[in-house]
Amino acid sequence: MIPELGHFTLALGVAFGFAQAFLPLWGAARGDARLMQAAPALALGQFLALGTSFFCLAWSSAVSDFSVLNVAENSNSLEPLIYKITGSWGNHEGSILFWCLILSLCGAAVAAFGGNLPSSLRARVIGVLGAAGVGFALFALLESDPFLRLWPPPVDGRDLNPLLQDPGLAMHPPILYTGYVGFAVPFAFAVAALLEGRIDAAWGRWVRPWTLAAWCFLTGGIALGSWWAYYELGWGGFWFWDPVENASLLPWLTGTALLHSALVVEKREALKVWTVLLAICTFSLSLSGTFLVRSGILNSVHAFANDPARGVFILVLLGLVVGGSLLLFGLRAPVLAASGIFAPVSREGALVLNNILLCSIAAVVLTGTTYPLFADLLLGEKLSVGAPFFNATVFPLAMPLFAAMAVGPMLSWKRADLGAALMKLWWAALVAAVAGVVMATRAALLPALAFAAAAWLILGALADLIERVRLFRIPLGASARRLMGLSRGSLGTTIAHAGLGVTIAGIAAMSLAHAAIVLLHPGETAKLGGYDWQLVNVHDADGPNYAARVATIRISRDGRLVTVLAPERRSFPVQQITTTEAKISTNGLRDLYAVLGEERDGGAVLRLHVNPLAPWIWFGALIMAVGGMVSLADRRLRVGAPARRAAVAAA
Amino acid sequence: MRGVLALVLWLLLAGPAFAISDPAEALPDPAQEARAVAIGQQLRCLVCQNESIEDSGADLARDLRRIVRQQVAAGRSNREVIAWLVARYGNFVRLRPPFETGTLLLWGSPVLALAAGGGAVLLARRNRPAPPPPLSAAERDRLRQLLDRT
Amino acid sequence: MNRRLLLLAPFGVALVAGGGFLAMLRREQAGTFDPRGVPSMLIDRPVPPFSLPGLASSDLRGRPVLVNFFASWCVPCVEEAPVLMDLRRAGVPLYGIAYKDKPEATDAFLSRHGDPYARLARDLPGRVAIDWGLTGVPETYLIDRDGIVRWRWVGPLTPEAVTAELQPLLRRYA
Repeated sequence: MIPELGHFTLALGVAFGFAQAFLPLWGAARGDARLMQAAPALALGQFLALGTSFFCLAWSSAVSDFSVLNVAENSNSLEPLIYKITGSWGNHEGSILFWCLILSLCGAAVAAFGGNLPSSLRARVIGVLGAAGVGFALFALLESDPFLRLWPPPVDGRDLNPLLQDPGLAMHPPILYTGYVGFAVPFAFAVAALLEGRIDAAWGRWVRPWTLAAWCFLTGGIALGSWWAYYELGWGGFWFWDPVENASLLPWLTGTALLHSALVVEKREALKVWTVLLAICTFSLSLSGTFLVRSGILNSVHAFANDPARGVFILVLLGLVVGGSLLLFGLRAPVLAASGIFAPVSREGALVLNNILLCSIAAVVLTGTTYPLFADLLLGEKLSVGAPFFNATVFPLAMPLFAAMAVGPMLSWKRADLGAALMKLWWAALVAAVAGVVMATRAALLPALAFAAAAWLILGALADLIERVRLFRIPLGASARRLMGLSRGSLGTTIAHAGLGVTIAGIAAMSLAHAAIVLLHPGETAKLGGYDWQLVNVHDADGPNYAARVATIRISRDGRLVTVLAPERRSFPVQQITTTEAKISTNGLRDLYAVLGEERDGGAVLRLHVNPLAPWIWFGALIMAVGGMVSLADRRLRVGAPARRAAVAAA
Repeated sequence: MRGVLALVLWLLLAGPAFAISDPAEALPDPAQEARAVAIGQQLRCLVCQNESIEDSGADLARDLRRIVRQQVAAGRSNREVIAWLVARYGNFVRLRPPFETGTLLLWGSPVLALAAGGGAVLLARRNRPAPPPPLSAAERDRLRQLLDRT
Repeated sequence: MNRRLLLLAPFGVALVAGGGFLAMLRREQAGTFDPRGVPSMLIDRPVPPFSLPGLASSDLRGRPVLVNFFASWCVPCVEEAPVLMDLRRAGVPLYGIAYKDKPEATDAFLSRHGDPYARLARDLPGRVAIDWGLTGVPETYLIDRDGIVRWRWVGPLTPEAVTAELQPLLRRYA
């Protein structure tokens, strides 16, 4: 009964989607206020329908209703309840439904918080959101129905892929998808602006909070995915330039560019056409990223369901959304008045530089990811493009970006004094140079440069903050008052820029990591990175749906116990997969990391790592997301603010 | 029979799950080992997608790691070791594709992207609307009148 | 005018990319495009010199032969076995190389699924296989009378592949 309710509400969601796609847009085109007013109710209706539908799927999974094919294939009665629930978005069918649910959530959010938008703009934004999503909801209903029944039902399910049975990865898809799909809102604003033929500073102010929110989630999602790879795959690596990873990095890069160019629209009414294009490209990249992965074209370690027939359906949908919006851009963008006169040395000049560099990095990553496919198709050449290529090409583009990042926020709008800005940063530059030289004696050139960049970014952010609160130049109390009074927007910028510095420091420090593979017998000790790693024993331990071997490792330094790690090797009988559970002990400045390999000759093969500053990689990403959220709390960005400010100005 | 099949399948699947290798694999000389790792990171594990042979637990990757180490120990240069593998598996085995006509666009992409960005900025600067001309004497008078009225 | 064209450029790029992906999917469905396949470097080149217990490169001359890499632990090899037996019955000379397989396991496999091989070699360390550019088992190579590799098939041989690809080549190099 519950699965049928889910199936029915999914169909209802599709019906609402069609209505949401057509009625408000038609109403806006005809100037019919009643049709336009229907938009929020339709968006809310679609959200409620798809929400019920997804709840039914999660429910079927939670109660282990194996008469549902999707549940039988991806769940097991012995699995902990939490993974039964999270497993409902961990498979192909469920994740598509989940994707549609989040898109409908975006529509409902615009309906709920967009009360101060002009009614035609709001109707168009909601309509475009409906049009972008309805195809995929239809795809879920027709081509990847999660509620298909199975008769007779099997006694037990086939279990969720053990690699996905992990708290980090359980939470990864919701956060990442919210990030991906969140960019649908700026996309809808961009398409709506093209339809209206008008963009002004207020448009920029409406777009930015949505972009910021999506960006925060995407930053968090990527960081969580990379953290999962670090501790779950057990190679000690955290980023592999895999197509799936690149697919999430691409919208992040263009989304970051969008965040900055929307600022120029808001402050200077310039870069309008470019910002609209960026908004379209960002959502197009996140769409392509989510769905090309499923078409089976991209080669990946994280391959999802590979089915070329489904691939064609998805490609046609992608073509309609991406191609349609870009065609509309080509036809309508000339209407948008080109404006914006500005000096190269100014805040907006720095933001343009940021956009060029970010988009160049995105272009390189996109080229590298798709090049093997097109080389094979057009030239018949089989090539591989992997980490060495991306490291070699992205690094030279990222360095000038980092260099400019600390200076940019110090420049004033319209016309700035570069010399004066640099004077305020002299000590940051000095410390960064010293850090780079010191690192160059211990590591290779590239990590040394990256370390210098990290120091430059963190200290540059600090210098910016000191400058703004006029620390030591006015009484401390006055500085504190200034700090409290700082606009959340600029504070957010400072925090996010420093966060990137922290991440880069963590990445650079990976070059100083120690790793070893040793065969130890119980009682034996290995030395690595100044620590003594003693294997105490290897014993059996059973989990709810797996059997495990656990190694107990005592780690001490100079005779003092530091920590005890117990890495596991789990075998899941249902899926017949063995996973390694790496164990990590961190003190914030270094990770001790141990993986249990095979056992032989009465001993165990262990892979041991000492990774200095490794937690900084994800800690920095967290700081970046916090910076975004601080920025989001800015009064001027809060929904309704433009209207209120206008009222204040009038009074 | 089905039991045997299941076991075989299990062995096949179990292999790649351990991304851990044999401690005896590493070369005794740390400098040579570091060089072997650097070479291995440039080489693609052919049976698993997008992993270097250093990262992979697959059987073939292990064999290739061993061969790389043998050749490094025998004093071959990085270039020679990679060429040896390219002769057997083609450029597909290189994670860093060679610079040749077929990869011109690939390696040129950073420069092309920067040039496109720079070109767009130049174009926008050239096409920017002319600043409004300074006010004529008559307009200035009218402005003064308007301002005086308030 | 120029500006209009420029603004349509992103659409053009998306159109080309979409067309490319569509062509890939189409050809993948038709089986003529495989982004995962590793190309063979041996096509139209002489067989790499080797000497294994049971077979050496010098034995691959004088008449066209098929060389099949297999293993008892390989599931698709079971699937392939009847096709190989049919080839043997049709009189095609077939040499087998057991890849990383214990001799007793190989023998048990051949007694269970039939032994299609005119000669059997054993590559226990899998070293010769790397000279051939092998990425997995089963793989099948066609060698002509001069010891030049003319064709390679990755994965289990299918009756369709035999009629569509192998038989014309066998006639050509006979």
